[in-house]
Amino acid sequence: MSLFFVRQAQGNISRLILGLCLWIAAPMAFAEYGLNFPKPVTSIAQRILELHNMIIIICVVIFVIVFGFMFYSIFAHRKSRGFKAAKFHESTTIEVVWTVIPFLILVGMAIPSTATLIEMSDTSKSDLTVKITGYQWKWKYDYPDQDVGFFSTLATPREQIENKAEKGKDYLLEVDNPMVLPVGKKVRFIVTANDVIHAWWVPRLGIKKDAIPGFINEMWARIDEPGIYRGQCAELCGKDHGFMPIVVQAVSPEDFSKWVAMQKDKAAADSAGAAKTWSQDELLDKGKKVYVTTCAACHGPNGEGIGPFPKMTGSKIATGPLAGHLDIVMKGKAGTAMQAFAAQLSDVDLAAVVTFERNNFGNKTGDVVQPSQVKALRK
Amino acid sequence: MATAHHAEHPTGFTRWLYTTNHKDIGTLYLVFAFIMAIIGGIMSLVIRSELWQPGLQLVDPHFFNQMATVHALIMIFGFVMPGFVGLANWQIPMMIGAPDMALPRMNNWSFWILPFAATLLIMSLFMPGGGPAAGWTLYPPLSVQGGIGTDFTLLSIHLLGMSSILGSINIIATILNMRAPGMTLMKMPLFAWTWLITAFLLIAVMPVLAGTVTMLITDRHFGTHFFDAAGGGDPVLWQHVFWFFGHPEVYILVLPAFGVFSQVIPTFARKPLFGYDSMVYATASIAFLSFIVWAHHMYTVGMPLAGELFFMYSTMLIAVPTGVKVFNWISTMWRGSMTFESPMLWAVGGVFTFTIGGLSGLMLAITPADFQYHDTYFVVAHFHYVIFGASIFGIFAGVYYWIPKWTGHMYNEGLAKWHFWLTMIGFTITFFPQHFLGLAGMPRRIPDYALQFTEFNQWSTVGAFMTVAAQLIFFYVITQAIRGGARATNKVWEGAEGLEWTLPSPPPYHSFTVVPKVK
Repeated sequence: MSLFFVRQAQGNISRLILGLCLWIAAPMAFAEYGLNFPKPVTSIAQRILELHNMIIIICVVIFVIVFGFMFYSIFAHRKSRGFKAAKFHESTTIEVVWTVIPFLILVGMAIPSTATLIEMSDTSKSDLTVKITGYQWKWKYDYPDQDVGFFSTLATPREQIENKAEKGKDYLLEVDNPMVLPVGKKVRFIVTANDVIHAWWVPRLGIKKDAIPGFINEMWARIDEPGIYRGQCAELCGKDHGFMPIVVQAVSPEDFSKWVAMQKDKAAADSAGAAKTWSQDELLDKGKKVYVTTCAACHGPNGEGIGPFPKMTGSKIATGPLAGHLDIVMKGKAGTAMQAFAAQLSDVDLAAVVTFERNNFGNKTGDVVQPSQVKALRK
Repeated sequence: MATAHHAEHPTGFTRWLYTTNHKDIGTLYLVFAFIMAIIGGIMSLVIRSELWQPGLQLVDPHFFNQMATVHALIMIFGFVMPGFVGLANWQIPMMIGAPDMALPRMNNWSFWILPFAATLLIMSLFMPGGGPAAGWTLYPPLSVQGGIGTDFTLLSIHLLGMSSILGSINIIATILNMRAPGMTLMKMPLFAWTWLITAFLLIAVMPVLAGTVTMLITDRHFGTHFFDAAGGGDPVLWQHVFWFFGHPEVYILVLPAFGVFSQVIPTFARKPLFGYDSMVYATASIAFLSFIVWAHHMYTVGMPLAGELFFMYSTMLIAVPTGVKVFNWISTMWRGSMTFESPMLWAVGGVFTFTIGGLSGLMLAITPADFQYHDTYFVVAHFHYVIFGASIFGIFAGVYYWIPKWTGHMYNEGLAKWHFWLTMIGFTITFFPQHFLGLAGMPRRIPDYALQFTEFNQWSTVGAFMTVAAQLIFFYVITQAIRGGARATNKVWEGAEGLEWTLPSPPPYHSFTVVPKVK
């Protein structure tokens, strides 16, 4: 029954908002506009939507009543209509009335809000834990119980962002490796960050939490239906804050197990690669890919540098001693956006990207770095 | 104190540099505020132009972040706060029957700090690495990453804070010591009351901001780790201390506007303000509550449940005194004999837009719902409805209300109404659709967005250009009124009450040389 009421209320409210929108947006096709939260797929998101709809209805009713009085007064009590001003200017009774009534309305709002909040903060009895770490400007997802972990970065090509190619349907909301979750399971997220504060938010899951370096925050979700749910970083985290989307792919528990097995095979293949000796061409090829996903955001797709971020071409580090180059890439530079990539990239990736940077963008050192050299430096 | 030779002041530039006169300083503040409004307005157009369509067209994301940061700092510290200090300087001595402010030399100094602070802030944009790009809230660790431009900004905030504290001390000293005989506190005009409370808020929170800004400077340069988790510090500490300043700051921006509405509405309703006493108590309650709600800006940082509940309840409580104010204004209008000259249009429009902002504020107070609204365009719409819709509308209401008194000339009412309506419509087109953008999931402070947000962003951009363009009319109307026009009477408005309307228009250099008596 309550669900019916909510559906009806939702219908009413969207009609009301649509009407309002029609008024300001008459010439445009309003059917395409998102006017309320996207459709929830967790019980929490559903509860928040109901709460939101209830509060917006109360607010609209109050607004209509209060401004009904005001607009009636503006219409009727005008000097130009010959209305003579009354003299009254105080009434303790009425002041008490309009102090107490809003207070009671607030109590009525606070009760369901408190219940929802208590439910949201209960992260106990979860079936699966996923650790989310924010980086400038990508996410890392670790599944500690499954021993799986990977980075998730923007997959939209630069040409689309720079208006050189037509923008795809999921422009800026697509990633290379989505977070995969099983439906029907209570997933506990632990959220932290590596550099600055980020916020992990997927509207249809109804959860948002700040990712703060040195802190571990918790939240949970149980996704009801399989699908792809998109979100974005919600806390300003520097230059590419707008370019670190979140994609959650909810699958059946069986498909989830298959996915976990696949991730493990991939990790095994990667560690095999780290043991062999790579040719310069292989490294340059691999390095280019790593550069584009990891370095280009700051140092520019052509190594030209962006704003405060240094260029690659002729850089003292990229053309200087190899040890210094490896050192800054692996350990980062304190107080800047240059991170310690030793914690983020594999031996192969690090060797490849340093080789690439030293033999590209006009740099011609001819150096070749092997994964084994990187591995030795880690100790 | 007020002898004849004081009226002979230097002319030209030195008049303005050396002046200790409350009217001259008031004018300086207002001119400064207008210049800052134009600079901040142009920055908002840079932001809106980039957001006209998806993709990066005009500016790179780093510069976009600088624009968003400096736009906010300029509008808050350069436009709205000095704008209201300007109104206070002009009006408070005249409204309480005093010849000038209590501390005239300090008054001069508190203004002349401002141009230097503003220059420092704007110069930061031209430093290597650009200006501050961490948002006006300057959250570390991001703000620790910025270049030298961030240091310029932090020092500028120190200077702006000093100026505000000095100005506030002056206002408190003036109001408490220089009221005409017979004017008890509870007979004082509401504009003086709201400013008295605002001044106490400023003195309470500006030093807190100065403290935390200093900690950020030492983190950046002297090896401390107040906000650095790796060094044993706490990045969230900044947010707590910043918002302990930041939330009272919101009321610092808006209470003087409430004061203006409370002067203007009775005048044009030709009926005394309804519920004077409850207005004073409501203002004081809002000021008190503003100190215990700060963490509602931080619901997503991961506070314990008890903390989230406390801040939710205390924040919801603010709706009560705020509602009382709105009800009182509407009751003042009720069965009045109203006319709608420009000051009244701005005041009624301001009550209307402020109430929308207040209701969306109530929605934001609800913690579980805020998890969806937080850091989206819903918040952007909310605070522009409050800061633009109440504070800036309040400044315009005050300027149109008192400019005939200040200059002795009536302004061009027809053009002034155009200014109001174009701003009102432009404002609505800009900010109303942003509520929907936020609900649909568009985060704030992003230079590029997903395709489904395009249409509403285009509305917003069109509205922003319209709003900024409308301010050229304001500039024209005001310059015209300063240069000449129909003579204003002493009373100016038929329903005006209060000491300032007993003075000639324009008033003498030292407002009240003979102390008026208040019955």
